[in-house]
Amino acid sequence: MSAILPPQERVWWKQPLDRVELIWIVVALIWCLIMFFMMPYWHIYGQQNLSNEAYRSKPEDFVRKTEAMIAQYKVREDGGDLKVPVVRPPAGSDVYMVAQLWRWYPILELEAGKSYRIHLMSLDWLHGFSLQPENINIQVHPGYEHVLTVTPTNPGTYSIICNEYCGINHHTMVSRLYVVK
Amino acid sequence: MSVNRMFRTCPTSGLVFHEPAEKLMRWNAVAAVVSLLIGGLLAIGVVLTRWQAVHLLPPDRFYQYLTAHGLNMLVFWIIFFEIAVLYFAGSTLLKARLATPKMAWAAFWLMVLGALVNNYSVLRGDSSVMFTSYAPMGAHPTFYLGLILFAVGALIACFVFLGTLVVAKAERTYHGSIPLVTFGAVTAAIIAIFTIAAGAIILIPTFLWSVGLVPTIDSLMYRTVWWAFGHSSQQINVSAHVAVWYAVAAIVFGAKPMSEKVSRTAFLLYILFLQLASAHHLLADPGLTSHWKIFNTSYAMYLAVLASMVHGLTVPGSIEVAQRQKGFNHGLFEWLRKAPWSNPAFSSMFMSLIGFGFLGGISGVMMGTEQLNLIIHNTLYVPGHFHATVVVGTTLAFMGLTYFLIPVLFRREITFPKMAQWQPYVFGLAMMGVSLFLMGAGTLGVPRRHWDIGFAGNAFAHEFPGAAWLMMALAGITGIIAIVGGGMYLLITVWSVFLGKKIQTPGFQHVRAKDGIAPAPKPVAAAIAAHHPGIGAGGMVAPGTFALAMVFLTAFVLYYFINWKYLSTVWPLK
Repeated sequence: MSAILPPQERVWWKQPLDRVELIWIVVALIWCLIMFFMMPYWHIYGQQNLSNEAYRSKPEDFVRKTEAMIAQYKVREDGGDLKVPVVRPPAGSDVYMVAQLWRWYPILELEAGKSYRIHLMSLDWLHGFSLQPENINIQVHPGYEHVLTVTPTNPGTYSIICNEYCGINHHTMVSRLYVVK
Repeated sequence: MSVNRMFRTCPTSGLVFHEPAEKLMRWNAVAAVVSLLIGGLLAIGVVLTRWQAVHLLPPDRFYQYLTAHGLNMLVFWIIFFEIAVLYFAGSTLLKARLATPKMAWAAFWLMVLGALVNNYSVLRGDSSVMFTSYAPMGAHPTFYLGLILFAVGALIACFVFLGTLVVAKAERTYHGSIPLVTFGAVTAAIIAIFTIAAGAIILIPTFLWSVGLVPTIDSLMYRTVWWAFGHSSQQINVSAHVAVWYAVAAIVFGAKPMSEKVSRTAFLLYILFLQLASAHHLLADPGLTSHWKIFNTSYAMYLAVLASMVHGLTVPGSIEVAQRQKGFNHGLFEWLRKAPWSNPAFSSMFMSLIGFGFLGGISGVMMGTEQLNLIIHNTLYVPGHFHATVVVGTTLAFMGLTYFLIPVLFRREITFPKMAQWQPYVFGLAMMGVSLFLMGAGTLGVPRRHWDIGFAGNAFAHEFPGAAWLMMALAGITGIIAIVGGGMYLLITVWSVFLGKKIQTPGFQHVRAKDGIAPAPKPVAAAIAAHHPGIGAGGMVAPGTFALAMVFLTAFVLYYFINWKYLSTVWPLK
């Protein structure tokens, strides 16, 4: 009789469907399949896919690799008194970026149109790599070294903000990324 | 049977209440409303801080308030209310006595204790770790302990509900199959048991870690298992509020499900596939493959989305059929125009349905698409989405049900009936505004859980576009209106329950079950008929609903491909 009473017909599963329901189920199912196949399609034909390459790393090893890169490719310092090193690694090279409470380290200067293998890892808690205003957002874990091949398109000054809550100074965790011609 | 089985028949609704069950429903509902009050007060601080022009709280308070707001709303308000719904769907709808009321009381007090302990830990100030409490960021041990106690209580309550089904079956309190609403409640209970098991798997080791007995908690393991708890708990809400939609449609319109087979199969799809959604939160994480992400995030080819789309059609469809049979059979939408828009139970339920589908459902699929997640992950788009699903969807549906329950369960008249007519619109429309503006800000990159998007005094301050600031201000204004709407709900319910006019029915008396509750009527063997003669148009019984569904689908398809277009403009990644 109604949805709060037991079904009137004992063999309710034999009641044929109305046309409205049948058409909608078919249409909805087709749409669901289209949405499902969009994801593998984009892996083949699309440009924006998150890398599956990741390694377990120790914080001290990751810091060592980062420091080695800074020593080799540092071009200047930025941020006034903060003296954050700015590095300009060659195109195609492995680039390291540390996330820790509450900074991104170092600042990268990349060339537009060139690809870089960016290694992202946190040394302590979870952080969120959020590149603005591009709006690319990636989770950064402690102990998991995530390797992304990134190709910046337009020259300019970009910001990296932390968008995973990481404690009382979370909102101060912001840095730069420069893209030059 | 020697057990004292006290029943009463509600003179207005004809529902049969088992008195111990009724008392439990009332207490669980009251605990729910108290949690809603606390969460609502905390929301004032959260809203007025993120509205940068006001920026009310200092950072430590802001993160503390946000943590407590999330827990009181997402966990305590909703689960207390859901337990009341389970007892209603089990005991009342099946006209059965509640299994083991003592265990149900133990469950209730454990939940109350858990909620208090957890709130205490956040109040201490050293557990502002957000609802998600991602390890290795640690909270005080009482934070996890409180959640564990609450979860154990909820688990016991789920088993009391399942026990009640066994009792009903054994004592033959109904004939044939259980009602659809109870079927939906069973779905919610099954998902709840899975959810709580996942919660135990992650919260118990994390508790042991917080007291120093376990050396480390892996952050990726934590997120993977925690979301099997965190996201699945929202799937309990979906099942529960869809069951409430069917219940309200049945109560207000006498609506009969268009087809039991379709609606029940859709609930079955929830049980089978909703649990995979833990992956929604891990799409931007390292260490998981795309195969895993695609299969899980899409609930195995979107079969749970299919189920929601089916409910989204069959609920208004059943209302349309009921209305057309009453004579509102002209044109496409007479049934909807002539619906009781001033009945808060109906208006809440209908706005819940529309808001959940258009805002919550569509945005959820966007975020849950592997690649699209890159331009959404951890931005304010996420809170925008879940304020549409959990607040407009679940909370508003529960509010609507309350307006029905106060007279039948608490036996009180609704005080301030005029205000009650307006309350769903104030709350629902404002909350839809909050959702939309938060999603807008998220699309512009504004992060969630962030005290200061102005980055005052920072050497590398990022400047968000003016539109993002405008969105934040609009979200603040609509947020305050929504809090006012929530306050109206609290005022009406608390006043009605404690001070409202008692409903007295002359000649009303309790009927003891052993003295003979009327046996359940045998269903009349009706001829199996698919078509309701003389209603509808174009060979459809519910053409208006079908038209609405097509509008929904068009919006869905357009917005989906707009997001892909937007994604294609960001930096290539691989």
